[in-house]
Amino acid sequence: MVEHGDIRVVHRGGIARYCRFLCERGIFCCCRFLLCGSGYEVKVFSTSTEECIHDLRAHTDLVTGVLLRPSNHLQAYSCSTDGTVRLWDYTDGILIKTYVIGYPIYSIYTSANHSGVLFVVTPTSDKRSEFQLVAVHLPQSGDQLVEAREFSAVLSDVSSNPAATSFGRGGEYIASAKGLQLEVYFFKKQKPYRFFLKEDNKKGGKNTFTCLACHPKDDCIATGHEDGKIRLWRNFNHKKEYTYTTLHWHHSAVSSLCFTPEGTNLLSGGIESVLVQWRYNQESQRDFLPRLGAAITHIAVSPDGALFCTSHSDNKITIIRSSIQVSAVIQGLVKGDSVRTDLMVDPRSKALVLNGKPGHLQFYSLQRDKLLYNLDIVQQEYIHQSGLEQFEVVKAAFDAYGNWLATVEERKQKPTELELNLKLWAFDEQTQSFMLNTTISAPHEARITAMCFCHSTDSQTTVLVSVSKDGHFKAWQLAPATHTEDEGPSWSCDFVGAYHSLVPECCCFSADGSLLAVSFQEVVTVWSPASWELLTTLSQPPGAIRNLCFGQLTCSKYLLGTTDKNLLCCWNLLTCSLEWSTSMDVSLLLSDPFSENMAAFCCQAGCTDLFVFKPSEPRPLFSHKAVCLGKVTRAVFAPREKMLESCEETSQWLNHSQLYFVTQYMDLLTFTTKAEEDRLMASSKQLVISDSVAMTPFSVLLGKRSQQEGQEAASSLLAERTQLPQGSAAVRELLQTPAHVLPSTSFLCSMFVESLLISVTDNRKKGRTIYNYFIVAQQHFMSKIE
Amino acid sequence: MASFKPTKIPIYPKLGEKVTQDTVYWKNYKAPVQIKEFGAVTNIHFSPVAPHNYAVTAFTRIHIYGPFSQEPVKSFTRFKDTAYCGRYRSDGQLLVAGCEDSVVRLFDVSGKVALRMFKGHTKAVHVTDFTSERYHIFTGSDDYTCRLWDIPNATELNTYQEHTDYIRCGVTSKLNRDLFITGSYDHTLKLFDARVDKSVITMDHGQPVESVLLYPSEGLVVSAGGRYVKVWDLLKGGQPLVSLKNHHKTVTSLCLSSNGQRLLSASLDRHVKVYNTTNFRVVHNFDYAASVLSLALAPDDESIIVGMTNGVLSIKHRKSPEESKEVSHQQRRRPSYRVFVKGKNYMPKQDDYLVSKPVREYLTKYDKHLKKFNISKALDSALQAGNRQRKPEVTVAVIKELDRRGTLKNALAGRDEKALSELLHFITKNMVDFRFAPVLVPAANMILDIYRSVIGQSPVVDRQLLYLQDLLQKEINYQQELLDVLGMLDTLFASSVPRKELLCSSSSRTNGLAQGETASTARPELQAT
Repeated sequence: MVEHGDIRVVHRGGIARYCRFLCERGIFCCCRFLLCGSGYEVKVFSTSTEECIHDLRAHTDLVTGVLLRPSNHLQAYSCSTDGTVRLWDYTDGILIKTYVIGYPIYSIYTSANHSGVLFVVTPTSDKRSEFQLVAVHLPQSGDQLVEAREFSAVLSDVSSNPAATSFGRGGEYIASAKGLQLEVYFFKKQKPYRFFLKEDNKKGGKNTFTCLACHPKDDCIATGHEDGKIRLWRNFNHKKEYTYTTLHWHHSAVSSLCFTPEGTNLLSGGIESVLVQWRYNQESQRDFLPRLGAAITHIAVSPDGALFCTSHSDNKITIIRSSIQVSAVIQGLVKGDSVRTDLMVDPRSKALVLNGKPGHLQFYSLQRDKLLYNLDIVQQEYIHQSGLEQFEVVKAAFDAYGNWLATVEERKQKPTELELNLKLWAFDEQTQSFMLNTTISAPHEARITAMCFCHSTDSQTTVLVSVSKDGHFKAWQLAPATHTEDEGPSWSCDFVGAYHSLVPECCCFSADGSLLAVSFQEVVTVWSPASWELLTTLSQPPGAIRNLCFGQLTCSKYLLGTTDKNLLCCWNLLTCSLEWSTSMDVSLLLSDPFSENMAAFCCQAGCTDLFVFKPSEPRPLFSHKAVCLGKVTRAVFAPREKMLESCEETSQWLNHSQLYFVTQYMDLLTFTTKAEEDRLMASSKQLVISDSVAMTPFSVLLGKRSQQEGQEAASSLLAERTQLPQGSAAVRELLQTPAHVLPSTSFLCSMFVESLLISVTDNRKKGRTIYNYFIVAQQHFMSKIE
Repeated sequence: MASFKPTKIPIYPKLGEKVTQDTVYWKNYKAPVQIKEFGAVTNIHFSPVAPHNYAVTAFTRIHIYGPFSQEPVKSFTRFKDTAYCGRYRSDGQLLVAGCEDSVVRLFDVSGKVALRMFKGHTKAVHVTDFTSERYHIFTGSDDYTCRLWDIPNATELNTYQEHTDYIRCGVTSKLNRDLFITGSYDHTLKLFDARVDKSVITMDHGQPVESVLLYPSEGLVVSAGGRYVKVWDLLKGGQPLVSLKNHHKTVTSLCLSSNGQRLLSASLDRHVKVYNTTNFRVVHNFDYAASVLSLALAPDDESIIVGMTNGVLSIKHRKSPEESKEVSHQQRRRPSYRVFVKGKNYMPKQDDYLVSKPVREYLTKYDKHLKKFNISKALDSALQAGNRQRKPEVTVAVIKELDRRGTLKNALAGRDEKALSELLHFITKNMVDFRFAPVLVPAANMILDIYRSVIGQSPVVDRQLLYLQDLLQKEINYQQELLDVLGMLDTLFASSVPRKELLCSSSSRTNGLAQGETASTARPELQAT
């Protein structure tokens, strides 16, 4: 995170924000909580409501592993590459202890038989790419921060993959797999056994180990391999007489294996996104849970075996009942390899729209930081198989009111063959979602490079313009319904335009929809959508146009363009001449539809700088050096729910809208102001306090609600609590009257409970106050009865 | 979790005519009944009274047919030469007909011998009709005259000698006893009034007039001659309203539908066209085997009767409503008792909570196989006879899906002679269809690759492969010709369009060219293999 004055860059987007390192590892406790490492923090989810209960924040680098403490099931260890292991009370979200190891930790293992010892995987001190398994003896000390310096190496040269090492039955041995070698270390004998496989077998399968699991009750190790085979190893306490049986169902690498706690079943998963349940000792009997959505990266089982959970490569955790039925899905911002569609904001739901699951568009609510839904664009069964070319959504556009959505999907199987589909979706009021209206197959002969709707608000008909590498741009219009009733109105081509057989690159409608600018390499052509006449051409050679943008509101007479020869040009459309130009390497230029501001991202020396400016003013409003590492690929201005009233000059541009952008590493980032951040921090602190006060059955009942109440209730809570001694008449009477003059308890009780009931007209705040009185009153009452 | 998504069958735009209300209406006729007459059928006229028999004038006879009879119920054969224009009187009792021997005969419908003979014309009489007050007859003849006759005493009332060529058509007004219109080969239409001795209005059609029709309101008159059908406004003194040129041979007969909303014209080019009378666009078209000479519609459009030059009378009856409904009923399966009838009469009580049953999705056979990754079986079931013939798009969609999964080669391989010949049969039948070519051409390529080693072992497959080669050669030649034509058109466009609008024309031209190119590039690729 980068600090800059009072404006900060912050990450957004669900569970695993740093998807490129992908370090999710879900574990269970009591079937009620699910812990998973996510970026710099550990998240605690409820398995029944899918809500995030706590963010355990203390690590300063990526969390690589989370593990329950074997001796106390209400505590958990987490390890991180910042070189610390932290012990948490995850039900309350409290950090208990921090053990400083000093080396980056890539995974962590414990066993009930080895109390006071943690096994961690760290890089060997000389080479960063080699890893070793080290036993860390935890010093007994009451301090919060403990330095652990007592190490003993167990295995050298292990894999850094957390799934490739596991404790065996009762912690007697630890097994680890790397490459083509399986290594088992027996703690009693104090010596390792090594088993090797040939690189390739006769049929061309790859024998490389990918993951490993040990049977909890039996001497059996299950290993997963690159070619989709699972081997069950037995008799491995002998050097020579070891045996293994092979199970084969997966067609590509097994990425995770897990035994159920009683050892009756083995779970496996891989890129096929099918969870396979094998019966132990009856391996021909299998159960499948297909179509989980994306490749399975980890499988975990709750200690009582009632729930399984799988984490997926698309930033999702699925919670599965032991009867192989999905019970809940925890989904963050779906992350693919890249955002092929632009970032967009749905004008209706104000949700961020971008590529989601393969062949889908995801609608992500920015206000609630939660995935709303995925819209199936391709409507084809996705085949989970590597190396298969499938349809991908490459372009999407909304019209001004969000009534129409246009999407382009493409599939390029061979260099000569390109399958393109242009789909138009109409918003259906009844189902509140988009319905397919028109499918145009092969709208262009080559790839579509840009697509936009006419954003004018007053025109009767909407026009969609698509620009393609085949040298044409096409305008599509909604044609009236045909004579028969069964077909509604559909879209058809209205105009095909070209300019001197040059290849067009981008297109842009002016704010009022009266002008269309299409760039043909070095030339910007301006067309009138009403008559499809070429009005004028603008150009600023050398360099092809890369971005094109009309000014908004009072600056709508300006047209801005960037060229790939590091030039930012601003043309005045009234005089048809160049107003100003400046030399900068702009990788992305976009305009804020709610103000005159424009944002330009410049890529320089691996870092990206941001400039916010008005086309009519010479000085930028705001500039930010080194916003993030790497190139910014997509960005969008999203409207704010409530306007900010910041009057500082540098943060004024954030008043109407918020700038979201995606870097080339697929991080979704945004800017927040100091004031916003303070407000958020305050609310979260108060929530923590209110939760840690009392754990009575009533607070369990009402506590959940208090969380949802959000910051307002929480901030008012503190003020209310100080005034506790006063209260309703009934309670006061009860507390102040001596015990011996009080009537019978049964009589008092009904009156007392009645006084606590929240009347319908009362708002929630009041209810909360009364509830607090009740806790105090209850304690008084109990003491009096005693 | 998410359920299996079935294979998407693309809906291709329907080629040819669009389905409109008119096509639905005019297609709702049974297969025609064909009756052979002795010569060309020159006139058909319906009796104005029920049961609406009709008189068919063909060669030297007039046959009267009942509405559903295949045989004539009565025939008048006492003509010395070719008879013309047998028409009923408005009460359906009398029938008048002209003849090549210039004598006009009047028959009683129940009798056999002519009641009256009107002699006076010197040449063949082609037009006869009753006036609306029923006691006069109007005739037109090849001697350029038209005459009015009195029926009771068989005398000539008046003679009009204004036309300068044969009079071949005419019609009397149904509303006014004195008005009648004639059309002649001198290219004119004339409106005569019996109260004065000359024509009132003259309209120039421009071609020899073959047929005249008055609207029921009698404000408009329609004339047919040459390739043109023209509509005239009588209330504006014979001003031309519309000129229609939709036939490519002489229009011979005109007719109005029962509600007056549609105009039908029959022509020697073997077509009958239906026009909308509000905008005069062609809304439907009937094809016949021979040149059509006469046309009539039964009241309420119950049947369309057409007489042709080869003497065939074609009668199409409208389908009864039960019949057209029955077709759809047969397709629908009966609901099973368990699902639909059981518990239907249960009345829900007040506090009952309705538990909705999850709707079970049914997958087609090929989808079930695709779900289980049984790719060869999926292709087999998609190639089953019903799909292959009636819905080729289903089979093509499955082939495309297999191609997308990268398993098409496996699905195509390992077939015996029968299965392979079935597959090849499907491919040869559908490959030249431009909608399916992008999918089927690579599939055919794959088949050739896979079975290259076994070519020559089966005569059936070899024959089909040869046929495939032949077909491709033909298609390539065809595409070449099309490109030639396109090139010629381009030259024409380029020279005819003024310089200023070059941009617009270039866009439309490239569009057309592009389609041709995509179609043609797909083919030579296969030829190379």
